[in-house]
Amino acid sequence: MAEAPPPVLLVEGVVKEYGDVAKTRALDGVDLTVGPGELTALVGPSGSGKSTLLNIIGLLDRPTAGRVVLSGTDTTGLDERALSALRARMLGFVFQFHHLLPAFTALENVMLPAWGDLGRPNVEMRAAAEELLRAVGLEDRMHYRSSNLSGGQQQRVAIARALARRPALVLADEPTGNLDTASSAEVFALMRRFNRELGTTFMIVTHDSRIAGECDRIVELVDGRVRSDRVTRTT
Amino acid sequence: MSFEWFVALRYMRDGKGQTALILAAVAVGVGVIVFLSALIGGLQTSLIDKTLGSQPHITLRAPREFPRPLVEPTPTVAIARQVAESSQRLRSIDQWPTVVAAVERVPGVTAVSPSITGAGFAVRADAKSAIVVRGVEPERFLSIIDVRARLVAGRYELDGGAVVIGSKLAANLGVSVGDKLRISSTEGGDEVVSVRGIFTLGNEAIDGAWVLTSLRHAQSLYALPGGVTTIELKVEDVFTAERIAIEIRGRTGLRSDSWMTINEALLSGLSAQSSSKLMIQFFVIVAVALGIASVLIVSVVQKSREIGILRAVGTPSRRILLVFLIQGGVFGIVGSVIGSAFGALLSKLFENLTRDTSGAPRFPVQLDLSLFLFATAVATGVGLLSAVIPARRASRLDPATAIRNG
Repeated sequence: MAEAPPPVLLVEGVVKEYGDVAKTRALDGVDLTVGPGELTALVGPSGSGKSTLLNIIGLLDRPTAGRVVLSGTDTTGLDERALSALRARMLGFVFQFHHLLPAFTALENVMLPAWGDLGRPNVEMRAAAEELLRAVGLEDRMHYRSSNLSGGQQQRVAIARALARRPALVLADEPTGNLDTASSAEVFALMRRFNRELGTTFMIVTHDSRIAGECDRIVELVDGRVRSDRVTRTT
Repeated sequence: MSFEWFVALRYMRDGKGQTALILAAVAVGVGVIVFLSALIGGLQTSLIDKTLGSQPHITLRAPREFPRPLVEPTPTVAIARQVAESSQRLRSIDQWPTVVAAVERVPGVTAVSPSITGAGFAVRADAKSAIVVRGVEPERFLSIIDVRARLVAGRYELDGGAVVIGSKLAANLGVSVGDKLRISSTEGGDEVVSVRGIFTLGNEAIDGAWVLTSLRHAQSLYALPGGVTTIELKVEDVFTAERIAIEIRGRTGLRSDSWMTINEALLSGLSAQSSSKLMIQFFVIVAVALGIASVLIVSVVQKSREIGILRAVGTPSRRILLVFLIQGGVFGIVGSVIGSAFGALLSKLFENLTRDTSGAPRFPVQLDLSLFLFATAVATGVGLLSAVIPARRASRLDPATAIRNG
């Protein structure tokens, strides 16, 4: 029997508290394991700790207790420089408000993560970015300033940017929250396609039950705890 | 292009209004520094040239005479006495050819001219005027004061009974080139001389009193056969004159005065100008630094969400730091190049607009490469330094907070 591949993400007993005197517990002992190629929806009511958990998994915030292991690398105790390097090489981010840099073109936005990590651009970097933009259907918009693109187009650029370095895990925080129904479906379809074609693992925070229903697995967070964890479809 | 330069230049291009504003501020600051330095430098140089153009840098004279009591007191004998200052008669410097040869070898000395300087009277018809007779070796004296270049009439000829006189004196006596003049010295000499040339040095005291003649002629007028009363020197760097004067005093025992002690008021005026120039430069630099820093701080605040995104996707904080430092440096260097050109243009314009009746600039400006290099180096340094605080602030932004609140 073949050995099971190591989980892309392992979250163990993660607690996050805010405040020094009156402590607020945003996460209260979250355990989660995500295997390679999974497309997981993280759902829950507002204030349930979804974004906090996503920030901790995305190494943008540190847990008060517990640990996060990314593809076998324990991130506990790593310094800011090491975390930054891990973010650049192992993680991709898609935010609700796309968060592209308005002064740069679509192509430059897709190249920026690798460019910022390595210092200088190279031919492969550019080719990979162009290929991704073609894959998201923006081959004729590559040299447009991102501020001149529509909301749906910008979110597609953001997905291309998140995938530019072929990360092990892409974290998406309400990626369709700001889009109309048609654009939402398009954006989700893209993520699903990359998930199938490239085997990229996705974790999507969403309020949209239709999007959640399309995912392979739904993790529900309530009051900082995992209330339910259901596999809805197997690929 | 490296990431830092690419992002820095793009941000500068993207925020055209801000970039233009800060470049204008730096350019105006540097322009003011260049303009004021050129103007004050030019004024100082022209003042020094004008003052020193009609006087030697160092003048050597025989030491003063002191009264020598015939009887000195002893432990047992007290002497009641009153010592009066002795009168100073005109006398020659001992062994002056040896002194001339010695001072010619002093490093920094470029010209040496032995001369006789004495008082007297000039008479022509009814007109009488007090004069200063300067007996000189004609060619040597030209390297101290270029009288030939300042002639307004006639020629520079001092042979035999020929003299060249100041223009004011010529006007007072009503003489012109070719006229005769009777001059008498304080030592009883009395002769008729012929005026060969008339000069103007722009110094009333000289133009109204000087009569230049040959050394030999003056020696006979003042009954100092083979003697000289003054030795005049020029030095390479005018501001070393006092040091060299002291050195020569030590070596020769002669009275040795530099232009710096004779023109103390001028020197303190020059140093006051220099300090005011420094003060202005300092405050302009502070204003430029505050301008750059405030624009960059605003830029960091405006772009904090973007900085957060860059940090979130893995851009190391040192690269973010460099992005803003580069902007500060580029603001400094580009602003100072524009400012140098602006300052130079303004200086030349000012020089051309303020001319006196003869067409010579009233405010001659002094522009040189070192001034531009200085201004550029200072502005670039100031740009970098003023970017340090905003750059550190940008590099320390917490990505999650910046994205949420930015």
